[in-house]
Amino acid sequence: MKVVRHIAVNVFKESVRDKVLYNLVVFAVLLISTSYLLGQLTAGQDMKIIKDLGLASISIFGLLIAVFIGIGLVWKEVEKRSIYALLSKPMGRGEFILGKYCGLVLTLLINVGIMTIAYYAVLAYLGWTADPATRTSWPASPTDPAMLEAIALIIVELMLVTAIALFFSTFSSPFLSAMLTPGLWDIGHFNDDLRNLGAVTGSPAAASVARGLYYVLPNFSAFDVKAQVVHGQAVPLSYVGLTSLYGLTYLALVVLGAATIFARRDFK
Amino acid sequence: MIPRRTILTLVALCAAVVGLQAVQETRRPLGLPPGVTGNVLYVRSPEFMKRAALSYNALLADAYWVRTIQHYGGTKLANDAHKQYDLLYPLLDLTTTLDLYFDIAYGFGAVFLAEQYPSGPGRPDQAIALLQKGLHAQPGKWRFAEDIGFVYYWWERDYTKAAEWFNRASEMPGAPNWMKPMAAVTLAQGGNRASSRMLWTQVLNAADADWLREQAKFRLAQLDAMDQIAALDSVIEAYRGRTGSAPQAWADLVRAGLLRGAPIDPAGRLYRIDPSSGKVTLAPDSPLNPLPDPERPA
Repeated sequence: MKVVRHIAVNVFKESVRDKVLYNLVVFAVLLISTSYLLGQLTAGQDMKIIKDLGLASISIFGLLIAVFIGIGLVWKEVEKRSIYALLSKPMGRGEFILGKYCGLVLTLLINVGIMTIAYYAVLAYLGWTADPATRTSWPASPTDPAMLEAIALIIVELMLVTAIALFFSTFSSPFLSAMLTPGLWDIGHFNDDLRNLGAVTGSPAAASVARGLYYVLPNFSAFDVKAQVVHGQAVPLSYVGLTSLYGLTYLALVVLGAATIFARRDFK
Repeated sequence: MIPRRTILTLVALCAAVVGLQAVQETRRPLGLPPGVTGNVLYVRSPEFMKRAALSYNALLADAYWVRTIQHYGGTKLANDAHKQYDLLYPLLDLTTTLDLYFDIAYGFGAVFLAEQYPSGPGRPDQAIALLQKGLHAQPGKWRFAEDIGFVYYWWERDYTKAAEWFNRASEMPGAPNWMKPMAAVTLAQGGNRASSRMLWTQVLNAADADWLREQAKFRLAQLDAMDQIAALDSVIEAYRGRTGSAPQAWADLVRAGLLRGAPIDPAGRLYRIDPSSGKVTLAPDSPLNPLPDPERPA
């Protein structure tokens, strides 16, 4: 575990050196400027829109970090030939992969954590400055803790995307990984369509294939409860728990797959 | 170190860009031929957009809602003889398909759609369709049923349908207790100013946005003006009974002791009197123009 921790901390330090955390500044500026501008552009829906925008930004920024850093995690070490020096040290290839993964997850957690604090601060300020008549029209309090459920699911989703990016980076080029990871994320949002394909297609074989893909491909749409929490609708904790369990199981599978492929890879 | 010459060139180019933009601003914008719309909506299929949005439906709905406001507000305020609200319903349809719980888009959208041309597209049918879509998504939402009743009352003048919808709203969970009497009043006295006043007062009290509150205040001021015009008409009748002719000016009525001074409307403008017919109207520059059809909330 010590080795994994060392690698993880190094990945985090590297991302700081690569100025990845600059996105936090962009996030803060986006949120603050939008909250000011929206008051002029919308008809009394600024709170809803800022909530939507904040949650979507946390997700999008996280996704960009997960994809574009995740795909280079292993490839960069191979390309720079530093992999030879690293693997000559007393550590297993599995530990290397796990360390890389945990490092990027750590970066993401810190990013999402800071963005969440900024998000709640902006919402609290807007709630504090709003007039009582406007406040009564909101379906939920500006700092509704239920939004943390959506953020928790975003984190699990990002962890899964990171695992997929890392998986592809163990055997393909960054360009290919940059195509495959968002592609899989994209397909993962159409899972319900795959399930329902049987009802519209006349071919039982196609329906069976679609049904099989429905179970095998990651169901990313399940992680999306952003609209529900913004509208103040209850999201049962059991739903969050089960979806998180699904995500964590899936990512364990993918990270194990990545470690297995990496263990068999020949760097000569 | 950046060479001095480069800095000067950059400053000069910046100044040129700003200057040219200022010149552009003074030119008349290039217009389109009358009847040709410049409004473009690239994706009109809400179902396609719902899929393309992936997990960002709500954010995209917000973007379409802002565009709806801009389209409606921009067209309404434009100095154009051929105002076209052609994108209003498609934009609202996209917004409410992407976010089925976007209550304000249903409520305000219906107000925008029902508004008479040129203040709106004058499509109460689309307003009702939009609200029914909202009711389909949230069957217990009494506010949507009330809004449908309101559109039938105010824009369609169908008081039976309006009462039916107010009644339906009154049976929904959480409906206020004044809804049931309102249904009865609408059915019994649909179309009179008292029931119109009751409706707009409820809108004013329940409005959760400044824009809607202002709209309700405006309609109530119009109803006040209509009441005042009716009262002035009876004063003129009394004058005519006494003198046998219509008054030429408000001063005639003041001299006759029928008025204490020249009457002003709720917006602070003097009412006008037609010397030949004795008919009272709002001043042409009164912001309360045009008053609703006297046949409607008479």
